[in-house]
Amino acid sequence: MTPRRMPGEAIANISRRGLLSGIAAGSLILAIGLPAQAEEEKFAGEGMANGLREDPKIFIAIAEDGTVSVISHRSEMGQGIRTSIPMVVADELEADWAKVKVVQAPGDEAKFGNQDTDGSRSMRHHFAVLRRMGAAARQMLEQSAAAEWGVPVGEVEAFNHAVLHKASGRSLDYGALAKAAAELPVPAADQIKLKDPSKFRYIGKGETRLIDGFDITTGRAQYGIDTRLDGMVYAVVARPPVFGGTVKSFDDSETLKFPGVLKVVTIDPTPAPAAFQPLGGVAVIATNTWAAIRGRELLKITWDDGPHATYSSEEHKATLEAAVRQPGTVVREAGETDAALAGAAKRVEAEYYIPHLAHATMEPPAAVVRIVDGKCEAWSCVQSPQATRDNLAQRLGIPVENVTVNVTLLGGGFGRKSKPDYVVEAGLLSQAMGGTPVKLTWTREDDITNDYFHAVSMERLEGGIDADGKAVAWLHRSAAPTIMSIFAPDPKQEAGWEMGMGLVDMPFDIPNLRIENPQATAHTRIGWFRSVYNIPHAFAVQSFANELAAAAGRDPKDYLLELIGPPRKINTRDISVAWNYGEDPALYLLDTGRLRGVVEMAAKASGWGRELPAGRGLGIAAHRSFVTYVAAVVEVEVGAGGALTIPKVDIAVDCGPRINPDRIRSQMEGAVVMGISLATLGEITFKNGRTEQTNFDTFEVTRIDAAPKEINVHIAATDDYDQPLGGVGEPGVPPIAPALTNAIFAATGKRIRSLPIRSQAA
Amino acid sequence: MAITLRINDVEHTVDVDGDTPLLWVIRDVLGMTGTKFGCGLAQCGACTVHLDGTAVRSCQTAAADAVGMKITTIEGLSPDGNHPLQIAWRDHNVPQCGYCQSGQIMQAASLLKDTPNPTDSDIDAAMSGNLCRCGTYTRIRAAIKQAATTMVGAQ
Repeated sequence: MTPRRMPGEAIANISRRGLLSGIAAGSLILAIGLPAQAEEEKFAGEGMANGLREDPKIFIAIAEDGTVSVISHRSEMGQGIRTSIPMVVADELEADWAKVKVVQAPGDEAKFGNQDTDGSRSMRHHFAVLRRMGAAARQMLEQSAAAEWGVPVGEVEAFNHAVLHKASGRSLDYGALAKAAAELPVPAADQIKLKDPSKFRYIGKGETRLIDGFDITTGRAQYGIDTRLDGMVYAVVARPPVFGGTVKSFDDSETLKFPGVLKVVTIDPTPAPAAFQPLGGVAVIATNTWAAIRGRELLKITWDDGPHATYSSEEHKATLEAAVRQPGTVVREAGETDAALAGAAKRVEAEYYIPHLAHATMEPPAAVVRIVDGKCEAWSCVQSPQATRDNLAQRLGIPVENVTVNVTLLGGGFGRKSKPDYVVEAGLLSQAMGGTPVKLTWTREDDITNDYFHAVSMERLEGGIDADGKAVAWLHRSAAPTIMSIFAPDPKQEAGWEMGMGLVDMPFDIPNLRIENPQATAHTRIGWFRSVYNIPHAFAVQSFANELAAAAGRDPKDYLLELIGPPRKINTRDISVAWNYGEDPALYLLDTGRLRGVVEMAAKASGWGRELPAGRGLGIAAHRSFVTYVAAVVEVEVGAGGALTIPKVDIAVDCGPRINPDRIRSQMEGAVVMGISLATLGEITFKNGRTEQTNFDTFEVTRIDAAPKEINVHIAATDDYDQPLGGVGEPGVPPIAPALTNAIFAATGKRIRSLPIRSQAA
Repeated sequence: MAITLRINDVEHTVDVDGDTPLLWVIRDVLGMTGTKFGCGLAQCGACTVHLDGTAVRSCQTAAADAVGMKITTIEGLSPDGNHPLQIAWRDHNVPQCGYCQSGQIMQAASLLKDTPNPTDSDIDAAMSGNLCRCGTYTRIRAAIKQAATTMVGAQ
């Protein structure tokens, strides 16, 4: 997710540089609330900053030895995009996968189009473009072969890295044709002939090896933290432990005595709202990372903790509770909810809480920057290379055309690495060292204590059922600090795009329904975390569906299907949804038939309804996010002291056409583990403005012994590649936590409404 | 102080304080970046290397303590990158981001040396110190079992 361009939120008119500079961030306030229709709406890739580029001469190169190089302008963080992009091109190009390599694009959106790798949209936005570019290049090769042989182009055909002329038995491989083909004009859009999907070699097959697999398994793969330059020095930064804090004074005399320490440098804090700019602090630069870390331990810093010095999670939870017990801004309404609640045969109320979470990417934020002759060059693990470039240019006072951002592999991203504050820090330190290359490493403690945290949230649900158990009223109040708080001064409401993540687009067929958004205040940096506000919204909605089923005495799966209602295709605009993941709501309809489909698929695969031994239970949940439909059935065994074992998870996904099924499976498997991790263990708490967690000993994440023994991914397949694609990276996460707590309820009768679960099942 | 370390059968003499964690000597001083920094606290296993064939966390191993021992990093696990575990990892497309996988493979190699036919609980016990935030655990289990089969079959 990026706030750089969000139709419906009307931030669209503000340029990225404007949005991210302090002055224009103020004007953002004026912009929010303008009707979305104020400008011509653009959707999908065209709706992103700098849009899409479709030019095979930029994205595809063929060498004389036949090697095909395909540009990946998206960042690889585990979703497999560096494999999937060339795979799609190679298929349309009729290339031999063994002769295909990938080249990572630097940050340059004027050349490559939008490069923000987030929002589960790399393949969703680029599949059609990649196909057309591959097909165009194939046709150029065919044309050059036909010209070489002096035969009509209709008589030749590309197949497996060569062009054949069947009539004469002649063939020329791609390497031999490359030079001539590259000089031909790119075919006009209406002349491009896509392959018939029945002839796909790689797309939809799921047999493609990871393009970086060998390098990763042999230690050759290069992440941001692995960059090495001649003469490079190493840095860590002591940052304010409290958001908004500043350095009052410091004593670096002991630090400077430590062997290997070269220099101590202050980084000025960025006035709020700081967006992607650094927190400020005191940096220690040394001859190696260890000396920098040890030198930092010897700093004596007095902090001014600033306005959030008293932030306490315990107190803030009470504040959020109070907020959701009062009416909030109504963001969707149908029927007469209060009357229906009052007249219901049975009334159910529940509140659900999820604390802050840290991303904890296995590779912490890291960057190398050098400045030579006024030109800045960075190497880093970033999800947003152009924003990185813009932020470096802005803060270092270097024209953006003199800033180069090289994108390495990312050791995990999950949204953290969309915010390039760490690259700007490295740039400032290089500047302070006269341009010397500086490698900045965030230690794990830095990462956990100074993250852009997933928003804490409180959700209150009130529901009414009639005498037959049918749901007749639904009231949902959602309160969470908004991510917009890093871009604008102290906003109190969830943004339209945040509420579009499973709150206002709630798909249940209930006649009387009201959704409200009471206010909440941000007391720390809030940032998007894989699947973002879908996490709390899905946890609340899918838990409450299960609670209503219990109140009605019904099977949870059957009741969930009844709540979803009959198959229907809803234009989300018609139900007050301002933002449909950036997609055209007329094209990407909310299709309750597809949601029912994944529920039925997961239930069937799980053996829903089977007899289970005591202490075991099955739980189900379903959620549409990133225009993809996912349902999960979790099987849990609750042991002594509430110990949880998860023998099996069945997860069904309908993401439209399948491009790389192996990576769809791996993303769903990973989402299951991340969902279980946040549900069972994930928690960042604040006391006196500081996180109480500092490393993996206190911010725990799921390990192999607690992971599900078996994860079965069921892909609702369509072979119609003209259908719109859904996202894959994020939508697996939201249904997992409620499926697990629903399973615990089935196993034990205990209802868990506050995450993490820890030993609550005891 | 000058200390001599034998890493992947090559001797390196480095001038570092003996207390410096082996991790930072390998990464920053010697420039071998396959061994990863993850936590600095022996909580995540990303920095796993072998000392005389046994998996250790290089972030908690003082360089001086590794003197005289045979140190193996992911770069030295096999000459051609085709250790049965590396092959199995690729066959199963185990990695997502891949960052933790050097440590996972080194830990698994140590496991298979001691326990050639590991059960699921053997795998859980040996591998639970190695975090994977992407959640590749089910494929790690499958790949270890494939490698175990290959290696036992080869003996």
